[in-house]
Amino acid sequence: MTTVTDTATSGEVQTVVAARRLEHANSVFIGVGRPSTAAILARMVHNPHLVLVYESGTIGAKPFHIPLSIGDGELAETADAVVSVPEMFNYWIGPGRVEVAFLGAAQVDRHGNLNSTVIGEYGHPRTRLPGAGGAPEIAACCQEVVVIAPHSARTFVERLDFRTTVGFGDGPGDRRRLGFRGRGPTAVVTDLGVLEPDPETCELRLTQIHPGVEVDQVREATGWDLAVAAEVRHTAPPTDEELSALRELLSR
Amino acid sequence: MAELSGLPEAVGELVHDGDAVAIEGFTHLIPFAAGHEVLRQGRRDLELIRMTPDILYDQMIGMGAARKLVFSYGGNPGVGSLHRFRDAVEHGWPHPIELEEHSHAGMANRYAAGAARLPFAVMRGYVGTDLAPITHVAPITCPFTGEELTAVPALRPDVAIVHAQEADREGNVQLWGIPGVQKEAVLSADRALVTVERIVDRLEPRPGGVVIPGWVIDLVAEAPGGSQPSYSLGITARDNDFYRFWDKLSRDREEFESWMRENVLHEVESTT
Repeated sequence: MTTVTDTATSGEVQTVVAARRLEHANSVFIGVGRPSTAAILARMVHNPHLVLVYESGTIGAKPFHIPLSIGDGELAETADAVVSVPEMFNYWIGPGRVEVAFLGAAQVDRHGNLNSTVIGEYGHPRTRLPGAGGAPEIAACCQEVVVIAPHSARTFVERLDFRTTVGFGDGPGDRRRLGFRGRGPTAVVTDLGVLEPDPETCELRLTQIHPGVEVDQVREATGWDLAVAAEVRHTAPPTDEELSALRELLSR
Repeated sequence: MAELSGLPEAVGELVHDGDAVAIEGFTHLIPFAAGHEVLRQGRRDLELIRMTPDILYDQMIGMGAARKLVFSYGGNPGVGSLHRFRDAVEHGWPHPIELEEHSHAGMANRYAAGAARLPFAVMRGYVGTDLAPITHVAPITCPFTGEELTAVPALRPDVAIVHAQEADREGNVQLWGIPGVQKEAVLSADRALVTVERIVDRLEPRPGGVVIPGWVIDLVAEAPGGSQPSYSLGITARDNDFYRFWDKLSRDREEFESWMRENVLHEVESTT
């Protein structure tokens, strides 16, 4: 194991913190980008039996390289099973067989609802985003959701331009009323810290800050009046093992 | 039994102006060659259906072939935006396009209902989102348990186009690797065209292989490399560099058009 002398970037800390959340998980649903990197890292460092599930139908993929797309050939070649899209959603996602889902979004609100559809008005958007993909049903059905997003007031907004995916809806009781089986968002991991829902109000509040980050800095980067837990934890810096593994993975 | 055909003849026979066309392939086996032939034949006013309209539909939208897009995720996988799709939606270039959008689960179930010739499929989804009121779904009560569920209407394209690794001389097709929603797309459509990497004397069973019998396919056309820059597992590799290249090139309308004229329409002699 090489020794890591320099400190981790905020993006690296975010990836490492996301990976730690998978230490005891059986399975994780992931898209490409940082969520995928974090899940592969978790398999390398914390949890070699973690089952990676990609939307393209690959269940139990064991990629050596970080895939560019969810359909990269290596995912299918290394998977335990490769299933069709209807099977993925109806037999695997829908019944809640996948434990954790990592999701990203262009906008996140205080109840962990997500927008990946448009910025601006739906009929005349300023920015047309890709759209829902699998996120609405994944967030409704997986046992828990971890949102991974860059922390800025553009992303963490008072009001979503479009509610693509329901986190806690308008607050307590909404998930039950809507018939959702999963617990919903349990954490939002950003490059500044971690937000977790208050069990009473279902509102996201700051519970953890990364090394070198101040609470006020997180408040400023949040578009609503961010609640802060009575005791904010400090993220343990990435270990040499975590950081070396992450950098080695990224260099493959 | 499907007939073997040349690609231009197959597209000419099966795809008409105004058709609802489903070109499927979930990040794998995307029928680029067939889509490009649709553009070369100048088809217009199409209702383009596809779960993941990536570069191929970006090209077709940018060339003005689409009247309407039915989809669930319009991005360049792993790279970012589809700039021609965005330009059409945000600025109406080259002309405005009608959108009907769903979730992946919704689209997959719509194809499955179409393949089953049922009027709709039942699922849990859409509730509580802003998608429900702007798209085409409806609440339905389970007659057995009373649970409130969501009905999504069957997809019944005029024509489906998919790509596979192999076909035999009777037009039986086998694909393997990520199977996406191709079988459902073929079975949901009135007409079906399958392009293949190669024609073989006999299909050898493959692990995870999906066989589509020739008698539910109209025409099979050989198109080696026909899924590039996507890929056909075991035969071609995904050209990830092209997906990144497209992100840069497609931002500019003129560069896009001139690239398409040279590389797809072949109106200009290629310099390579």
